[in-house]
This record gives sequence, structure tokens and C-alpha cells, in this order.
Amino acid sequence: MTAVLTEPAAVRVAGTRHLLSSEDLDRPTVERLLELAASFEAVAEREVKKLPTLRGRTVLSVFFEASTRTSSSFELAAKRLSADTISLKSSGSSVEKGETLKDTLLTLDAYGPDVVVIRHAQVGAAALATRYTRAAVVNAGDGAHQHPTQSLLDLYTMRASLGRVEGVHVAIVGDVLHSRVARSNIALLLACGAHVTLVGPPSLIPRGIEATGVSVSYDISDIATADVVYVLRMQRERMLAGEAYVPSLREYTLRYGVTSARLRPGQVVMHPGPMNRGVEITDEVADSAASLVTHQVRAGLVVRMAVLYDLLAGPEGAA
Amino acid sequence: MSTPASAAPTVLLDAEQIGRTLRRMAHEIVEREGESIDRLALVGIYTRGVTLARRLATLLAEIAGVEVPVGALDITFYRDDMGLRGGETRAHPQPVVKASSLDFPLDGATVVIVDDVLYTGRTVRAAIEAVFDYGRPARVRLAVLCDRGHRELPIRADVVGKNLPTSRAERVRVHLGEDDAADEVVLETGAR
Repeated sequence: MTAVLTEPAAVRVAGTRHLLSSEDLDRPTVERLLELAASFEAVAEREVKKLPTLRGRTVLSVFFEASTRTSSSFELAAKRLSADTISLKSSGSSVEKGETLKDTLLTLDAYGPDVVVIRHAQVGAAALATRYTRAAVVNAGDGAHQHPTQSLLDLYTMRASLGRVEGVHVAIVGDVLHSRVARSNIALLLACGAHVTLVGPPSLIPRGIEATGVSVSYDISDIATADVVYVLRMQRERMLAGEAYVPSLREYTLRYGVTSARLRPGQVVMHPGPMNRGVEITDEVADSAASLVTHQVRAGLVVRMAVLYDLLAGPEGAA
Repeated sequence: MSTPASAAPTVLLDAEQIGRTLRRMAHEIVEREGESIDRLALVGIYTRGVTLARRLATLLAEIAGVEVPVGALDITFYRDDMGLRGGETRAHPQPVVKASSLDFPLDGATVVIVDDVLYTGRTVRAAIEAVFDYGRPARVRLAVLCDRGHRELPIRADVVGKNLPTSRAERVRVHLGEDDAADEVVLETGAR
């Protein structure tokens, strides 16, 4: 299985770069991407909110899984850079992995895209895609594995709000086990010198994850020492399917819900969306001044502009 | 190739000459613009162009008693050698992108684009395109400290500090105290 999904070789063109995992990003690359993203902020203030940089390039988005933020912000990011965009969505019912994903990608590669943005429920789907297209591939979520642009925009948001990431203490609260957002963020935060504590019920924290350098706590009161409280989405569908990760959502909310009583002044709260208000986060916290959720969405646009720009015009051999 | 490996760079303009040249350029701008000088704006191209635009603004205040707004432009996103991959190499290495700032209205203004060296004209073309994304100036002019020839586009400077005939193998470098050790314009020879 893993052998099939590792290093692509077949159609890969020398020099083509991809963004598959936040684990592939070193600190200088992260710095470069965040600086670039910051330089795109000013564009939104201008009379013409578009740059000609990627004129004549084609960005293809293929989403085999539902998405609001990621797909819309990638599309707008590409358009702001004057690229042509094709966005494909799949309900997931007729699309299966393996041959079908391969055939879809081979078909779309015939259009000669420069970047393929892909989201798929299968771990390793983006890595697989690099075999069947000559384009640069961006992983926009592969199962519970990785979602690198989410972690970049989260880092960008933290840096904008706190002025730094180095030495910042981030508590990631909730369903770490199924979360590609958590996995991507842990790698990037540790690479950039932040302290990470995972907080949640033992059933939703992967065993042995301390080995990566994070702390683990099963007690919600431990979020008190954090600068950033990063709330993960409680995957309700999973609970309804009867999988007993937690006794009940109500029980989860009582023990691990992020409420204003559990926060102290000065902390900021983040959430990758979509929020389950009243489950992992209260309305009061979600709408408070401490919440950076709308900042995260805005950051998503400039960070994705930076990623597209960097993949097509960045220094050779990086990332 | 046949050039000696370590040819010392020739100083084309020293600090005093740069100062005199800029003063003359400022006078020329005042003469050109006449009455409409109060609608003037200077827009420098990063890095040395911005420094030169600031110096020109100071001189214009001194000579004509006008406060001329100064903007800064990074044209990285407007380059036409973007995304050249594989065999082709870029004319410029991937630069660090600096934030452009033009926080004054351009509509109806006379915008003077300022740069240190005018060469192929591609940077200026990119700068003109960038300026128009901020507004619609009445006129766009170009002022450069040095014109070294070898144009690849139909672009000509309105105000030139010094014409420097060069060969393509040579490089003209402008050093300014704000960004470098001292004020000087040097000619470097040989491939590097």
C-alpha cells in the first residue's frame, strides 16, 4: 500500500515542485511563503485587485470531498493572480480510488494544467496524483493525513495576531485522531519553534504521539496556559455512525467543549471550520473578540496566492 | 572570456557627481512640469529607485517649495520573465518581494517613475502596468539616473542623469548611501 503511494517517478518532470505535506516544509520555506502572503495583502486594498503574474497559466482544482473554504479560496487566489481556473467537484458516489482517480487525472492532464489542487478521502491521493500529471500538485486534504495550506494559513494568522510563532504555546483541542488539520499543524508549528499541547479524550489522541515532541493532556483545564486555543471540528457524522470514540456528544461538550469560562483573557481561539457551535465551541466564544476564525479565512486567500506563486515562479528546487 | 578575471570596477560617477546629477534632474523636472508641479508624484522602483525618488523629493522641496508624495513599487509580480523553468534562466534571480506602497491618489496626477539604471526597458514596462492598477494618472514620465542603452522595448526616459554607453557584457551598478556603503556608480566588466 505505502509502496504504491510513495515517491512518484513515472511522468514526473524534472524541476516540478509539489506541496504534499507540511512535513516537507522547512523553516526558511515557511518564512518565504508567509512573507509572500503578506505582500499580497496590499493587493486587496487597491483599485485593481488582480496581479498579472500567472497570466496564461491554468490551475485545476479537483475536489473529491466536500469543501467551502479551501476550494473557494484556491479558486479566488488563482484568479487574483490572473490564472485560468477549472474547478471540478465530485459527489464521491461514482468516484472510487485506484483506476478511477488515475483515469480522471490522466484525462485532466490532457488539458495541460500548471497546477493541480486535489482533495480526496484517501491518504496519499495527492502523492499519487504526481504520477499522472506533469503539473505541480497541491494537496488540499488527503483523508486524515495532511492539509498543508491550512497549516500555513493558521501559522500566518498566529503570526499576524501574536507577532511571532517561536515560543508560542498552542493547545490543539478535540479529535486529533481523525484530523489532517491537526497533523499538518503539529509538524509546522514544531518546525517553527512553537510548543504544542494536544488536549482531548484519550480515545481521540493518537497513542505515542508524544514522540513527535508534543505534550498531551486529557484535562481541558490545561488549555489555560496556552496562548492559542486551536479547536478541532468534532466529526459528528462519525459519532452518528455509532463509533464509540466518546460516550456522547453532550458528554464531550461537557468535558472538552471550549467555553468562555475555560478561557482566560488574552488567549486567542482558532478553528479550521466548519464549526459545530454548541459542541466543540460555544457561540459566545466563536463570536468573541478572541476568535480569529474570520482572520483565518482571509489568511487562506493570501497564503494560497503565495503557494501558487511560489510553485510556478519560486526559486528552483525549493519546497 | 578575454577580459582579465579580476578587472577592478571603474567608477563612472562619484558621490559628488551623483549629487550634482540629481540636482540637475530635479531642476529639469521643475522646468518640464511648470505650473502643474503640484500634481506631481514620484514612484520609485525598489530598491535604488525608491531611494532616488526620496532624494529627488527632498530636492524638489528645496528648489520649488513643493511637497511631492513618494511611492514605492515592487514590480516582481509584473515581470515578464516569471515562471521560466527548465532550460531558460531568468534575467534576475528571484528577488525578495517588498511591499509596494502608493498611499496617495494617482487619478489625474503626473507620475514620475524613478529608477537607477535604464537598460532593456522591461522593468519600466512592468512598472507602468503596475502603476495603472493603482489608479489612472494623467501622465506617466520616466526619470533615471543612468541610461546604459540596449533597449528591447520602445521606452525612453524623459529625464536622464547620465548616458552611459555600455556593452551587454558589462554591468552598471548604482550604490547609494541609504542602501549601500557609499554613493557611487560603477562599471563592472566580465561575466559573473
